[in-house]
Amino acid sequence: MRGYVLRQIAQLAVVVVGISLLSFAILHVLGDPVLLLLPQNAGKEEFERYRKLLGLDQPVAVQYWKFATKAVQGDFGKSWYADTPAFRLVLERMPPTIYLTLAGLGVALAIALPLGILAALRRHSFIDTACTAVAVGGQAMPIFWLGIMLIIIFAVQLKLLPASGYGTWKHFLMPAFTLGAFLAPLTMRLVRSGVIEIMNTDYIRTARAKGFGERVVVVKHAFRNACIPVITVLGIQFGQLLGGAIVTETVFAWPGVATLTVDSIRNQDFPVVQCAVVLLALIIVSVNFLVDMIVGFIDPRIRVAA
Amino acid sequence: MKAVSADGEVVLKADQALPLRPTSRRLSLRRVWRFKWGLAASAVLAVIIGSALLAPYIAPHDPLAVNIRHRLGPPAWMQGGTPAHVLGTDQIGRDLLSRMIYGGRVSLVIGVSAVLISSSMGVLLGLSAGYFGGRLDWTIMTLINVMLTFPFVLLALAVIAVLGPSLTNMIIVLGVADWPLYARVIRAESLAIREREFVVASRALGMSHLRIMFRQIFPNLVSIIVVIATLQVARVIILESFLSFLGLGIQPPTPAWGNMLGEGRVYMLNSWWIATFPGLAIFTTTLAINLMGNALRDWLDPHMKL
Repeated sequence: MRGYVLRQIAQLAVVVVGISLLSFAILHVLGDPVLLLLPQNAGKEEFERYRKLLGLDQPVAVQYWKFATKAVQGDFGKSWYADTPAFRLVLERMPPTIYLTLAGLGVALAIALPLGILAALRRHSFIDTACTAVAVGGQAMPIFWLGIMLIIIFAVQLKLLPASGYGTWKHFLMPAFTLGAFLAPLTMRLVRSGVIEIMNTDYIRTARAKGFGERVVVVKHAFRNACIPVITVLGIQFGQLLGGAIVTETVFAWPGVATLTVDSIRNQDFPVVQCAVVLLALIIVSVNFLVDMIVGFIDPRIRVAA
Repeated sequence: MKAVSADGEVVLKADQALPLRPTSRRLSLRRVWRFKWGLAASAVLAVIIGSALLAPYIAPHDPLAVNIRHRLGPPAWMQGGTPAHVLGTDQIGRDLLSRMIYGGRVSLVIGVSAVLISSSMGVLLGLSAGYFGGRLDWTIMTLINVMLTFPFVLLALAVIAVLGPSLTNMIIVLGVADWPLYARVIRAESLAIREREFVVASRALGMSHLRIMFRQIFPNLVSIIVVIATLQVARVIILESFLSFLGLGIQPPTPAWGNMLGEGRVYMLNSWWIATFPGLAIFTTTLAINLMGNALRDWLDPHMKL
C-alpha cells in the first residue's frame, strides 16, 4: 500500500506542474497580455512601460518561476477588471459550482444505478432495450439545448420553476437534472456492463450454489464488486462532470466559477481566467487522486497492478 | 452425403447436398438487418451533409436576408405563420430553415477538420509512445494525463479567449485539444502489437523504425481510429456549437447552429422556435453520427474495446 501511495503522489506532483505550465503557456506563449490589456492605438512607449510593469521583459523561464511561486501562495495577481485579487473572486464563486456538481452527480447516480442494474439482470428484455435507447439518445444530447428546452417548458410555459438564478431548492431542480442527464448515460452503460461481467463469475455461482436468495446474491456479492469500476470511471469522468457543470452554469446563469470565467473572458480579464482554470484543474486532479486512493484501498488487485 | 462401405460400395446416398450455412443472400440480408440503425443513421447523415453541400440550391431564402416586417414569425403550422417561412423567422425576420441549412456547413466543416487534426496528432504521438516506449513514452503519457485533466470545454474556452474567435482558430483549438484521446488508445494498442511476431520479424529483416510503425503496425490500427474519429466528430460539433452559443465561436451574422441557439435564448419567452430548431439540428446530427460510429465499430471489429 505504501509503494502505491508514493507512486500516486509522485504522479500527482508531475501532473500539477504540467497544469501550471499549460495554463501559463496559454496566456504568455499563445497571446501577449499587453496586447490584450492596452487599446490598439496605444503608443510604443506605452507598450514598453506596461511590459516592464508586468515583468514581461524578462525571460519566459523567469516569468514562469514568478508565476508558479506566487500561485502556490494563492496569488494569481489582481483582476484587471474588478481590482480585487483574482484568487478571492474565484474562491467566492466556488461553492455554487461544487453544490451543482454534487447535485448533478447525485441525479446521475439515482438514474444510472437502478436502471443499469435492472438492465443487466434482465438482459435483452424490453427494459434493457429501452434503457440503451435512452442512453444513446442522451449521449447525443447537447446539454445546453436540453437546459433551454427545460426552461421553455417548465419556466416559460408551465411557470412552475424559476428560469435561472440561485438560492432555493427550486433553483436546483433544472440545473441538477440537466447535469445529471449529461453524466447518467455513460454511468448507466458502465454499471450495466460491470454487473453483467460479475454475474458470470465463479463466486456468484458459488453464492447461488450455497443457496442464497437472488436478492442477497445481487446486493451483497455482485453490486459491491460492480462498484469498483464505476468508482474508477466516475473519478476519471469527474473532469467531464465539471465540464458539464460549466455548460450548465452558463445556461441557467448559475453564479459559479464557470459563469465568472465566461464573463472574465468577455472582459478579457486574464488573471481571473488563469486562476479559475488552475483551481478547477487542481480540484479535478485531487478528486482523481482520492478516487485512486479509495479504489486502491478497497481492491488490493489494483495497488499491485498499478 | 455419401457413406462408403469397406469394399468401396456406396451404401448411402443423400438426394441433396445439405448446405452447411444459410445461402449467402440470406446471410447478407441478416447482416444488413443487424446494422439497421447504423444504416438509417447513415441515411439521415447523408441528407444532412447533402443539404449542407447544396445549401445555395435548396435553401428557400437567403440566410442573411432581413425581413423586418415579418420578424419573430412563428412556424407555418402555428397561428400567424406563413408557408413562405416553414420554421418561422428570427428576431430580424431571417428565415430559420435557410439559416439552419447553411448552419450545417459550419458545424460539419469544423467537426471534420478538427478531427483530422486531432487524429493525425494522436496517431503520431500515440504510435511513437507505444512503439519506442521508455522516456518518450513517459513524456507523452504525462502530457496526455495533464491534457485529460483539463475539461475539454475549459481548455477550449481558455485558448479561444486568448486567440480570439474565428473559424480557423476554432478548428485549431478543437483539433489540438482533442488529441490525447486518440493517443491513449493508440498507445495501448501499439504496445500490444509491438510484441507480435510480425513486428519482431520486420525488425529482424532490418526495416527502419518509421517503416515498421507506419507500414506494419499502423494498418492494424485503422479500424479503431476510424471508429474514434467518427464518434469524435459528434463531440466536436457539440463543443463547437457550445462555444458559438456563448458568443465565443462563430460570430453572427454567419449562421451556425450554436450562435442561432444563443440568439434564440434571448427570445425564448415568446418565440420558442428560434432556440428549439437549431438545437434539434445539433441533436439529430450528433445522434446520427454516434449511431453510425457504433455500427461501424460492430462491423469492423465486434471485440473492439471502446
